[in-house]
Amino acid sequence: MSLLLYLLRRILQALPVILLIIIGSFLLIKLAPGDTVDALVGDMGGADPAFVARLRQEYGLDQPVLVQLWRYLVKLAQFDLGWSYVYEQPVTKVLASRLWVTLLLMLGALSSAFVVGVALGAFAARRAYSATDNVISTLGLIFYAMPSFFLALLLVLLFSVKLNWLPVGGIRDIGAFHTGWKLWLDIATHLVMPVLALALIYLAFYMRLMRTSVLEVMELDFVRTARAKGAGDARLMFHHIMRNALLPVITLLGLQISTVLGGSVVIETIFSLPGLGQLAYTSVVKRDLNTLMGIIFLCSIIVVLVNILTDLVYAWLDPRIELK
Amino acid sequence: MTDAPILEIQDLRISLPAGGDRPYALEHLDLTVNPGEIVCLVGESGSGKSLAANAVMRLLPEPHVHVSAGRILLDGEDIGAKSESEMRAIRGDRVAMIFQEPMTALNPQKTVGWQIDEVLRLHTDLDRKARRARALEILGDVHIPDPASAYNAYPHQISGGQRQRVMIAMALVLNPRLIIADEPTTALDVTTQKQILHLIKEMQRQHGTGILFITHDFGVVAEIADRIAVLRLGELVESGPAEQILNHPSHPYTRALIAAVPALTPPAHKDLSAAPVVLRAQGLAKTFAARGGLLSGRRQAVTAVRDLSFELRQGETLGVVGESGSGKTTVSRIVTRLLDADRGEVVIGGHDLIHADRRQLRAMRRDIQMIFQDPMASLNPRKRVVDLIAQGPIVHGVPKAEAHARARELLSLVELSPAAAERYPHEFSGGQRQRIGIARAIAMQPKVIVADEPVSALDVSVQAQVLRLLADLRDRLDLSLLFVTHDLRVAAQLCDRIIVMQKGEIVETGPTAQVFADPQHPYTQALLTSIPGRDWQPPKLTDAA
Repeated sequence: MSLLLYLLRRILQALPVILLIIIGSFLLIKLAPGDTVDALVGDMGGADPAFVARLRQEYGLDQPVLVQLWRYLVKLAQFDLGWSYVYEQPVTKVLASRLWVTLLLMLGALSSAFVVGVALGAFAARRAYSATDNVISTLGLIFYAMPSFFLALLLVLLFSVKLNWLPVGGIRDIGAFHTGWKLWLDIATHLVMPVLALALIYLAFYMRLMRTSVLEVMELDFVRTARAKGAGDARLMFHHIMRNALLPVITLLGLQISTVLGGSVVIETIFSLPGLGQLAYTSVVKRDLNTLMGIIFLCSIIVVLVNILTDLVYAWLDPRIELK
Repeated sequence: MTDAPILEIQDLRISLPAGGDRPYALEHLDLTVNPGEIVCLVGESGSGKSLAANAVMRLLPEPHVHVSAGRILLDGEDIGAKSESEMRAIRGDRVAMIFQEPMTALNPQKTVGWQIDEVLRLHTDLDRKARRARALEILGDVHIPDPASAYNAYPHQISGGQRQRVMIAMALVLNPRLIIADEPTTALDVTTQKQILHLIKEMQRQHGTGILFITHDFGVVAEIADRIAVLRLGELVESGPAEQILNHPSHPYTRALIAAVPALTPPAHKDLSAAPVVLRAQGLAKTFAARGGLLSGRRQAVTAVRDLSFELRQGETLGVVGESGSGKTTVSRIVTRLLDADRGEVVIGGHDLIHADRRQLRAMRRDIQMIFQDPMASLNPRKRVVDLIAQGPIVHGVPKAEAHARARELLSLVELSPAAAERYPHEFSGGQRQRIGIARAIAMQPKVIVADEPVSALDVSVQAQVLRLLADLRDRLDLSLLFVTHDLRVAAQLCDRIIVMQKGEIVETGPTAQVFADPQHPYTQALLTSIPGRDWQPPKLTDAA
């Protein structure tokens, strides 16, 4: 019951945040020169001023910015994200067809980065300053320092061009018309490299943080108490050290989910994945305001939800924290 | 039960990593613990007493610190010859340990029950139900009210004293042959300390356990020890029956240590009623407000100080004593206006400090200065000592050259060499740093000094020196001292009058001698009977410095 109340309160608190994000980004986009009509007309190779003016009027772009903002907010309140003039579809439909790709990419990359990073970090800390630790830490540093686009290109070169194991890009084999399990397998093979390219960078973050955190917790009094009780190394690590050491890593994970959305733009573009990142990029170029605002709206909701989730996980891990 | 010793330490030597200030942490240590005996290992910081305990458990941070000579025999078996898995079977089963900080020594993420259960899981093959029954039984044995609810509680949900009871329960659950207690009561309030010491003795009598009790506090030693071993910089200087060491110490170091224990005899009452009042506090109150509001959770308001009034006369030392949570630290903060009081006034030299505006306040700061508890944390590590001392006067408009010259004079006043002026705080020991803190406070030529636990972080011999310096300066400079402490022995030594606080209220006040001789309030009586070793009068040793 108190958990429900907590969730309700957190969601209420999030509403003004999302509203501010919407208003802020709307105004920011309006500050940039050029609008949808400019982009359309540019694509057509020019048009006469009367046509341009009519088009603006039709799209409501002739109104003052504040009126446009108000109209957008009113529609948003009815869960109507508007019409994309570039894709000639409702924005909701455009987003829905792409959201799952980005979610798969994000969740795949983050969860594998988290699990492997935490495990490697704990392992490196247990053998701190040994050869194993040095190898793990150096590899981590290399992945951490490498730009994602470069890492992605290296992967393509190795797995697609040289070894011919994995497809270069796209989310599915378009000519094959797979169904059922075969389709999923096809999607999975297409996602291996994008997920890997994104995960390796974050993995380095989690590994380094986990290593430091484990080293710190190992020195704490209660670990000494557990040793004095006769607990062995494995028991110490799993029951006493790791759970305590996870706390800072969870914090970072929660913070990074929002940056992963940004990082996926590059990866989606390189692997030509039809995801939100790529959509955002083309929407900016085409000045497709409604789609862009839809993406921002969706992303802010995801970030807020993830933040709430992080706090829940944190409270579950650390009983000293009360959900209030 | 046989009379063969449980623990025999023979000629133990523990090596420190190369490049330290000494090659061995411990040398030639011989120690025996018999069944049903409490042996106190006494020493100041750096004496190697905790390392000796860890060596018995074989929990030294090897290979940097390791046993390089000697033997440790547990029931006649050499611990050094055991494999790591044999040692794991011994730890927690035949030898158990109790640590100093009950807050940090328990895993914050696991329930009390889980942590006691772990010992049973590691060393017995009892099933779940039997383990739970045993854990509940031992929690009852250590007098935890409502063991069933404590079993499910997390460590942060129970009080410090109860946490230490849980530690003791955890150590006792398998009836070990030997318990090593490393300063188990140092972090506790006196009344709680008394209960825990009582509990340790009771448990030891019931089970015939041998206890190796490590402490720096001679009061605790007098309360609990059967035999005593005194360590100094890794050397065993003296050992023998408690009665002999406490009352007829033979080694000069032991004599000096015992002489440094503040006697429970308050100073003769000074008649200060003719002296002018320098500080008058009237109706002070401070409540830490309930936090949160409409959209977030509420936290209950805490009344730290409720309607406090007192007067401080020139040359007088007023002690504020109480246990943690009594509001004594809050008093020191609102009197100096480091924390804003809700109500009341503090009048110094005719002006009210609480309601002074920014400019007045700054001028008045000169009259009231503070000495803090932790001399390391309260001195800026990036500044030279001379700058630290001169900073206050310079801010108040004294020319730099003059302030620096005065700072050097002050150093000799607090018995530090003038060369100290150019050095940085980390180059000094704790006692020397506290002297710098004192010099910094008197540099402003204040009328009143508020000292918040100024000696509680110091070793007993250093503590005695700093207290003597404070008393000396007070008399020479005609200072008034508001002295906040939890240690009644310290209060007895220095204070002319004391205020006893409980839960934000004054329960008793009066001349120290009178309060100690004839406490009126039950709480004061409880505090006084809780002083460890109160029946032991440190012998008057003429030769000891």
